[in-house]
Amino acid sequence: MPKPKTEAHYLASLTPPSVAAGVGRRGFLKGAAGAGALLAVPSLLSACGSDDEAGTGGGGGKPTGTVSFGSNEAGGDVPQMRRDALVAAYQKSSGLKVKTNAVDHNTFQENINNYLQGNADDVFSWFAGYRMQFFAERGLIGDVSDVWPIDGIGEAFRNAATGSDGKQYFVPDSNYPWVVVYRKSLWEERGYTPPTTMDEMVTLSKQMQSDGLTPLAFADKQGWPAMGTFDILNMRINGYDFHVNLMAGEEAWDSAEVKAVFDSWRELLPYHQPDALGRDWEEAAQSLVANESGMYYLGLFAFEQFPEDEREDVDFFNFPEIDSTIGADAIDAPIDGYCMSADPDNEEGAKDFLAYIASPEAAAAMNDAGYPLIWANSQADLSGLQPIQQKAGEFIASQASIAQFLDRDTRPDFASTVMIPSIQEFIKNPDDVDGLTRKIEEQKKSIFV
Amino acid sequence: MAVDSPVAVRGRKGRPKARAARMSRGDRIAVTLMVAVPTLLVLGLVWVPGILSVVLSFTRWEGIGGVDTIEWIGTENYTNIFTIYPPFEPAVTHNLIWLVVLFLVPTPLGVLLAVLLDKELKGGRFYQSAFFIPIVLSLALVGFMWQLIYSRDQGLINDITGGTTDWYGDQDVNLWAVLVATCWKQTGYVMLLYLAGLKAVDPSLREASAIDGASETQTFFRVVFPVMRPINVIVLVITFIEALRAFEIVWVVNKGRNGLELISTLVTNNIVGEASRIGFGSALATIMLAILSVFVVMYLRIALREEPR
Repeated sequence: MPKPKTEAHYLASLTPPSVAAGVGRRGFLKGAAGAGALLAVPSLLSACGSDDEAGTGGGGGKPTGTVSFGSNEAGGDVPQMRRDALVAAYQKSSGLKVKTNAVDHNTFQENINNYLQGNADDVFSWFAGYRMQFFAERGLIGDVSDVWPIDGIGEAFRNAATGSDGKQYFVPDSNYPWVVVYRKSLWEERGYTPPTTMDEMVTLSKQMQSDGLTPLAFADKQGWPAMGTFDILNMRINGYDFHVNLMAGEEAWDSAEVKAVFDSWRELLPYHQPDALGRDWEEAAQSLVANESGMYYLGLFAFEQFPEDEREDVDFFNFPEIDSTIGADAIDAPIDGYCMSADPDNEEGAKDFLAYIASPEAAAAMNDAGYPLIWANSQADLSGLQPIQQKAGEFIASQASIAQFLDRDTRPDFASTVMIPSIQEFIKNPDDVDGLTRKIEEQKKSIFV
Repeated sequence: MAVDSPVAVRGRKGRPKARAARMSRGDRIAVTLMVAVPTLLVLGLVWVPGILSVVLSFTRWEGIGGVDTIEWIGTENYTNIFTIYPPFEPAVTHNLIWLVVLFLVPTPLGVLLAVLLDKELKGGRFYQSAFFIPIVLSLALVGFMWQLIYSRDQGLINDITGGTTDWYGDQDVNLWAVLVATCWKQTGYVMLLYLAGLKAVDPSLREASAIDGASETQTFFRVVFPVMRPINVIVLVITFIEALRAFEIVWVVNKGRNGLELISTLVTNNIVGEASRIGFGSALATIMLAILSVFVVMYLRIALREEPR
């Protein structure tokens, strides 16, 4: 799509009805005085010495001023270092100021409704797929179609960034695969090899048990980690299309297909670390670090739990095939990225920042932080990454179908109020699959209406 | 209604009216403000939201968009809660267990500690602070501290005993584990209230009963304890309230899931998070309000019946 001549023109033609109320005002401001001068007002008020920002404004569309940035990474760890690197690089290259407002990951997610309906930051961290579409449909996320297409960002990412109305509401910066993570040195020492079928996986698990290891590290105290196991079993047993339809509420949860997933999970449970409901995923990953567990099916971020000098010892393999007619070419690989709020204070700045986030330069700036994510931009320089990151990038590219993750692929209310307790119930009492799936379906019908 | 009634009662008695006649204009304005402002605050912050939440409990709403997106569905939320919402029944049970335990453990223990500390033992100040510190800490922090003790793989208890009990994850024990932490906190609270009450008891009462030949136990149960009736009522009320609004500590542990369901966490899980099932969550809140009302009415009946004596 060609870039519209003016912002007002663009907004008038494209904005969803629910945000149209804001257009008139913005259009008026733009026409009356020129956005640049207005946007510079805060900086004029706050510091007379920074007039240079105001000077660059004007009709040319070059963004100025300050962009507020809501980040879901706080706490001084690797993801935050990565974000700080991004912000610093952008401020340097664009001359804009980025005002970061960081909130802890889970808190951010839980408050998203209020956040988006209140005074949301111009640009904020969010996820691709259903989780983004849900809010876009309700007019809470701004249309960023004119940031697209982005050089180096492929069709799959573009689809994941597209709302149900065909417009883009999201800019991806990275993703990561859900895989079976293990420690290379331990496996070499014991002579284990990555299984490619479920039978091999079971054989390997039995071998590990007799070697005194817990085969599969496992934790579900937080409620979401075990969703990954459900996803992958469903995709391996029933295929990607069924999984997508199930998430969309179009297939029955008490169907024979879903029961088969829980049945096969029950057979695997004896190889899982016991008492998973009292354990954080971090603690489960620590058992892998300590060579108490043999492998862990989790997002590649499990790697973060290893001390820095041991990270080269971490490797992963694809979750094995269960049904040869279905294969093993579908995985969960959630895309992380950023959205623009529906009514940003600095729209041009926000879009400029979003475009930068997806660029190879941004990836280069963040490379040093060493986070095990794969840049969405295929032109990003990968040479600075750890081998496992490069391998993960190639691995994702080799997959035929990519799901986001249970709680990103279905309604948020269904995922959090039905699926978390249900999966925990299953882990506690795996024998009543019929009763469990019946209850899930009953609740699903009361939510998907 | 309930807010208006005390005013009405006073009006009927006539006494305030007579007093009002004696009041100057400024006094009257001051009194009007002093009554009106709290009334408005109570109405605006308690009654209006409370009634709205009852109204919302008959709707389906995502909490996004205007009032026009609210859909009326009658009593469907309630039907669903009672028929197909598995966490509801355990939540009610857990709240009741919570109430019973708070009555049976921290209350008597708090009284005992207060009586002991009131004797001005050597180092009494130290014990007093030690028992009181848990109250100063937020329950969120308490939850975290106990996490360090209870963690299955890295916790203190399992480290020392070499056990593998999953204190927070095994639903046969996690409620009790959390209750230990809650009692630890509540005991200090009860102790402090009774300590204040004991200090306020007129020493001549004790002397009198000692002269009458009462033993110390008799003195306490027949003289001191009844005199502390206001404190007893406060502790009773606090125990009810703490038990029914119990929330923070289980929220810190696992968001009130897997054996730690409480009505308050179900409300929060449905309303506050990403879920935003406003109608469904409001129905849960309404049920909680109804249960709470039963206890409040019981309490008011006891309190009002005994008032004249």
